[in-house]
Amino acid sequence: MKVQVPYLSRIEGHAHLVVDTTAGEVVECQLEVVETPRFFEKLLVGRHYSEVAGLASRICGVCSHSHTLVSLMATERAFGMEVSDQVTSLRRLLMYGEILQSHLLHLYFMAVPDYLGVNSLLAMAQSRRDLVARALRLKKLGSDICEVIGGRPVHPVTTCVGGFHRFPEASELQRLRRHLSKALPDLEQTVELVAGLDWPDFSHQADCLALHDSDGYPQFGDTLISSAGLQVPNSCYREMIREYVVPHSTAKHARINDETYMVGPLARLRQGFHHLSPLAREVADLQGLSPSTNNPYLSQGARLVEVLHCVEQSMHLIDHLLLEGLKYEEPVVTCKAREGVATLEAPRGVLLHAYSYDKEGFLTSADCVIPTAQNLANLEMNLRARVPQIIDEEPDIFQSELEKLVRAYDPCLSCSTHLLTIDRL
Amino acid sequence: MKPRVGFFDFTGCEGCQLTILNLAEKLLDVLDLVEVVEFREVQGNCNEDLDIAFVEGSICRPDEEKRLRLIRTRSKKLITLGACADLAGINIAHEEAGGAELAMAVYGSDSKHLQGGQARPVSAIVPIDGRIPGCPVDGQEFLAILHALLLDRPTNLPAFSLCVECKLAELPCTFEQGIVCLGPVVRAGCNALCIEGGDRCRGCRGLVDNPRESSYHRVLETFNLSVDDILEEYRTYNLRIDEE
Repeated sequence: MKVQVPYLSRIEGHAHLVVDTTAGEVVECQLEVVETPRFFEKLLVGRHYSEVAGLASRICGVCSHSHTLVSLMATERAFGMEVSDQVTSLRRLLMYGEILQSHLLHLYFMAVPDYLGVNSLLAMAQSRRDLVARALRLKKLGSDICEVIGGRPVHPVTTCVGGFHRFPEASELQRLRRHLSKALPDLEQTVELVAGLDWPDFSHQADCLALHDSDGYPQFGDTLISSAGLQVPNSCYREMIREYVVPHSTAKHARINDETYMVGPLARLRQGFHHLSPLAREVADLQGLSPSTNNPYLSQGARLVEVLHCVEQSMHLIDHLLLEGLKYEEPVVTCKAREGVATLEAPRGVLLHAYSYDKEGFLTSADCVIPTAQNLANLEMNLRARVPQIIDEEPDIFQSELEKLVRAYDPCLSCSTHLLTIDRL
Repeated sequence: MKPRVGFFDFTGCEGCQLTILNLAEKLLDVLDLVEVVEFREVQGNCNEDLDIAFVEGSICRPDEEKRLRLIRTRSKKLITLGACADLAGINIAHEEAGGAELAMAVYGSDSKHLQGGQARPVSAIVPIDGRIPGCPVDGQEFLAILHALLLDRPTNLPAFSLCVECKLAELPCTFEQGIVCLGPVVRAGCNALCIEGGDRCRGCRGLVDNPRESSYHRVLETFNLSVDDILEEYRTYNLRIDEE
């Protein structure tokens, strides 16, 4: 039996799913990534530091804030700059906004339709207006945070090396705070919907990689921790992560110690389980998630848990910012001819940018490691393990089960193709 | 029957589709007026005839060109969505460095399948019936243009430069702060969002009709920008200028 799904829908970016089996054996099982390469790392070379983050943002619309922030942080690291607590708090809030908009878009528009047996949520605008309206309202909750902090829901304009060109008004933060608390009934219904879905029963042990965040649940941090016990500072990432090119993909694949591994919500949940906010923890328990969960389909459940976590943490963070009072800070930048590596947890997992600059502040080399590229090899391993379990199903069920597995990783291919190692010319 | 609308993406970041999804309750109103039959990011394909096709992204490879031509043949109107489709956007930049060498640099020697191809705007391949500029597009402008299309009215864009909106918003001029800005020659319509955010204009909406380039270049020269610096300013979003 051969299943081919060209231009798989409800994912970010372009890929074909190809699974070929003969007499119950998997002959071929690939996610062919056909996104056109855009060579972003090369585009950044020669650019002035003040332009780099704005270009890096265009790697991906869904993760534009993650790329912008990690880019700014890599530049700050190269220049030896520290930013204030206020700036870190605002950046954290911006990340919560992005994770909320990305996770809610994914859960409602990409994942849930599989389990409701429909092609698209938009097609339900008449029959289930309440559901579609709720999905759009919640998604806007995340994009509103990004708009207030970053100046725009996609591709921020207020962010800069050293901090922000413009800080939000207290009244804007108060408005966000009200929106967040008003969203609780919508969130309750979301929990009811998502936690009630029937996830396929499947487990597949894999190494999980996430950042160690000294403030709690993985978000910002300079240390990479794998569930197998490896711990490496982000500046030594090349010792840990090996990236390689495969013929069927314009996105690279990655391995740690020759093994595939997973990044993203489930990897973070496993590592940061004891740092979840109270509501998030409740939702994790409700779904039976734990630090040892190894069903990749349950990444969707972990996404739901993180939605709750981000909402609760955003409220606390806004209270903290309002209590401290927002102060305008003028960023002071001194260029240095050095290298800088930065990492953060993007919605899909660990994101790393490594730059070097000349003394005038022009970028001389860039390397980016993208979450989806790290996940692709593991996803293919999961697909291979899953195929024999469902081989006797009707072809449409067989295909839909595999699509669900691909979507559980929320692959974002517009990102993952654009990147990776630069062999220095 | 409601007009049938499709959203398509080629090479780009998909930020424009995301901006449409961010319209929230206004998107629900849109769904009352039109039937969205294709939107790959959130829905499957149908390959049927369309009244309006919105196309995001640049066209880089022969397979993309073929797919775009097929969309054109089954669509009554085709509108570009965002800078990548409108101007080829920042995707053009990698050609400056030479495509094949780039593939080698980023992916190493196993890179035969990793050719980027030349990034082109949609209008270089098929005729278009309108454009929504920006990186990303402005949601309100998308609604205004959709409105015009549904009423069979012309889809006009502002014919004045960004400086007009900036002055109306009473924002301090970036040049007065010693920062170079493309505002004087770029098409308005974004309400000077970047300048309000403390940044400068990099030209994502493209040049205004008949920009006064020579006087603008004289201003830039007073800021000690060389010809190369000036060309570089235009390059980020592939703005076409007379290179004299």
